[in-house]
Amino acid sequence: MPAAISTEGLVKTFGRTRALDGLDLTVRTGEVHGFLGPNGAGKTTTIRILLGMTRASSGTARLLDSDPWSDATDLHKRLAYVPGDVTLWPNLSGGEAIDLLGRMRGGLDKKRKADLLERFDLDPRKKARTYSKGNRQKVALVAALASDVELLLLDEPTSGLDPLMEEVFREVVQEVTDRDGRTVLLSSHILSEVEALCDRVTIIRAGRAVESGTLSELRHLTRTSIRAELAGAMNGLAQLDGIHDLRVEDGLVRFDVDTDEINPVLRRLTEIGVRSLVSQPPSLEELFLRLYEPEAAK
Amino acid sequence: MKTLAGTGGLIRLILRRDRIILPIWIVVLCAIPMSYVKQYGDLFPTAQSRLDYANNAGFITLYGELSGTSLGEFVTWRLGFVPVMVGLISLLTVIRHTRVEEETGRSELLGSSVVGRHAGLAAALLSTFGANLVLAVLLALGMHSQDLPWSGSVAIGAEFATTGWFFAAVGAVAAQLSANAGTSRGIAISVLGAAYVLRAVGDTSAHTDGPLACLSWLSPIAWAQRIHPYGENRWWLAVVMLAATAVLVAVAINLAVRRDVGAGLLPARLGPAEGSLGSPLGLAWRLHRGLLAAWTVGFALLGLLFGGVAEGVGDILRDEPKAKEMFERLGGSAGLIDSFFAGVMTILGLIASAYAVQATLRLRAEETSGRAEPVLATATGRVRWAGSHLLFGVLGPALALFASGLTAGLAYGLAVDDVGKQIPRLIGASLGQLPAVWLLAAIALAIFGLFPRISPAAWAGPGICILIGFTNAGVQLADWTNDISPFTHLPRLPGGSLSATPLIVLLAITVVVGCIGLAGWRRRDVPIG
Ligand SMILES: Nc1ncnc2c1ncn2[C@@H]1O[C@H](COP(=O)(O)OP(=O)(O)OP(=O)(O)O)[C@@H](O)[C@H]1O
Ligand SMILES: [Mg+2]
Repeated sequence: MPAAISTEGLVKTFGRTRALDGLDLTVRTGEVHGFLGPNGAGKTTTIRILLGMTRASSGTARLLDSDPWSDATDLHKRLAYVPGDVTLWPNLSGGEAIDLLGRMRGGLDKKRKADLLERFDLDPRKKARTYSKGNRQKVALVAALASDVELLLLDEPTSGLDPLMEEVFREVVQEVTDRDGRTVLLSSHILSEVEALCDRVTIIRAGRAVESGTLSELRHLTRTSIRAELAGAMNGLAQLDGIHDLRVEDGLVRFDVDTDEINPVLRRLTEIGVRSLVSQPPSLEELFLRLYEPEAAK
Repeated sequence: MKTLAGTGGLIRLILRRDRIILPIWIVVLCAIPMSYVKQYGDLFPTAQSRLDYANNAGFITLYGELSGTSLGEFVTWRLGFVPVMVGLISLLTVIRHTRVEEETGRSELLGSSVVGRHAGLAAALLSTFGANLVLAVLLALGMHSQDLPWSGSVAIGAEFATTGWFFAAVGAVAAQLSANAGTSRGIAISVLGAAYVLRAVGDTSAHTDGPLACLSWLSPIAWAQRIHPYGENRWWLAVVMLAATAVLVAVAINLAVRRDVGAGLLPARLGPAEGSLGSPLGLAWRLHRGLLAAWTVGFALLGLLFGGVAEGVGDILRDEPKAKEMFERLGGSAGLIDSFFAGVMTILGLIASAYAVQATLRLRAEETSGRAEPVLATATGRVRWAGSHLLFGVLGPALALFASGLTAGLAYGLAVDDVGKQIPRLIGASLGQLPAVWLLAAIALAIFGLFPRISPAAWAGPGICILIGFTNAGVQLADWTNDISPFTHLPRLPGGSLSATPLIVLLAITVVVGCIGLAGWRRRDVPIG
């Protein structure tokens, strides 16, 4: 099956700003793909190019096997989009806005809409101007998730949702992907959300993909923290590959070790003799923070 | 006074944001009265000619009763509509810097810094009061420079400024009532409209010894007008206006204390849970219908007014060759009444072009607010989306002009007992303005498509045409200046000869410019901030 989304060497410049600088992104059909990166990395710009709103300066982009710019109208019948900051027409009720967007996309599943309204706890009779930020976000989410489409482009869709609603969002996305086999591109800053939902992730920084793969593949890029009480002197430990931040505190040796290098390091430790050892599993947070930092791009 | 902390900073912010528009309206509203002094002094040199001109039911409805025949009084009377403009601008300014700020959430951002609860309201009011004061001072100096007496010049400044102050305070109250800037504007403008209508009905009734003369005394517009600058200079009425302003400001502050930031006092109503809208056109209709109704009603009323005064104006033009010449230069043809109507149609066309630009720029408002993006991400193509709004930019002014032609024909037809012939004639004449109106809409579209960031520049179109039209009516301008305005090239209807060439050329330019705009829109990035 061809990829739902693929871009190669995508470049977008705004005057002198290079918002995208040769972005490669592949989203396989049927997967939930996390799209992460620091503020201003180019996530929204990428999604706008995929929507045919913005034209790439160079590089190629394919969406559902068509050209996102020239086939925009036809493609839009097959996808739904949720922006991170939803503005609505102040005089329309939420229900009217949901139905309007759904119909213009080619139809809504009524039962599904009713179900979503209930689960998201949204009163569709309220005028849009009286909705809170989170409720405006829900309007766009209901309109998108109740549509019968193949692909969902979600740009920070849960910004402003409370934790309960965040949970509902996760359930619903899992449903639409497991049951209906939809493809989702999910740009997000919420790591727990990405961890819960995404099959694969791409991390971009300054307009380029710095890492891409499944979460377990990425975990190999992380570091495990070790705290050990040793029987002897810590000879040769500092010379080993993959050891960072080695220090001694209160008679305990502390360091971080690259997950790939953990075996040789443990071997060396047991040679010295270990009295006690605490190891902290790698967290995605740390990985992301590291990849988000400027040096990581190299 | 903690609640006023930060007012100074906010005033500076307002002045910075309005640094272009504020001087423009002050200067324009000063320049118009000053230019009237010489113009009307020359056109109507004698007391008798002034009385004859003013003693007409139509003018009394429009401007009120003439208080005396001195040049100052005559000019002040003829400027009767300017204080209404001052009031309108003032209330809009206050609402823009209070309710709009709250609605967009900007004031919350500011409010969380060291800014007191009432600072926003105070800053908006003080800036607007200040602007009106500057207007009053400049106007007094300007009118005196036209050889009018000091006391009257100060009094006309007071008339304008107190009207501005009063309606600024009306705007402040309205801004507290509803959480929606549009509704607030509607409330405040309705108060202004009601004040104008009360004065118009009262004065007309007084003129015909009718029973409703007392209505004028209910209208703040009439209070200010009856200061009678250059005549009695009744200062006590200015004091009454100031007192009324103070009361309204107190009411606004009281209301502001009782409500939360972002909320209004009028409860928000619920809408339907299910929508019937399902197409870009349906959405555009929802977004444009209020504007369309307001402009159509407004134009119908203008048509009624002009149609109603036409017969009386015919008499004046017969006696006043200079006035006739003025109307002819505005776009009139040979016959007396036709010449008046043709001038009126140009005015209506110029006003309609403002509506055309306003409706077209709705595209830009939808884009910058972020509401265009979700629609364009559906199966709605760009051209279809733009077309749904453009339909209102094209047909909206047509409907408004049609309404004015219809009511003008009806009113004038009834007066001369020739309804059957006058209605089609005047409808034709009013619709004859459309090629020029549409060209200005097409230019707005082209700017939106090609240079979206400078979209407000589209207002220069109607602005320049209005400037050329009105200046030329007073003093004959050079041909090339006149030729800039598409309105110059329209046939002079009713009465003039109809030649197809200029109309076809105008329409062709309109289509080309419009297509360039649409092509630009299709190719460019969305949204451009
Ligand atoms: N219309 C535009 N004109 C100029 N620069 C732009 C425009 N749109 C985006 N940029 C710039 O492009 C870069 C990428 O922006 P983009 O909005 O894609 O980032 P993002 O990854 O979505 O960030 P965030 O996490 O904050 O949403 C930024 O430097 C931004 O300033
Ligand atoms: Mg973004």
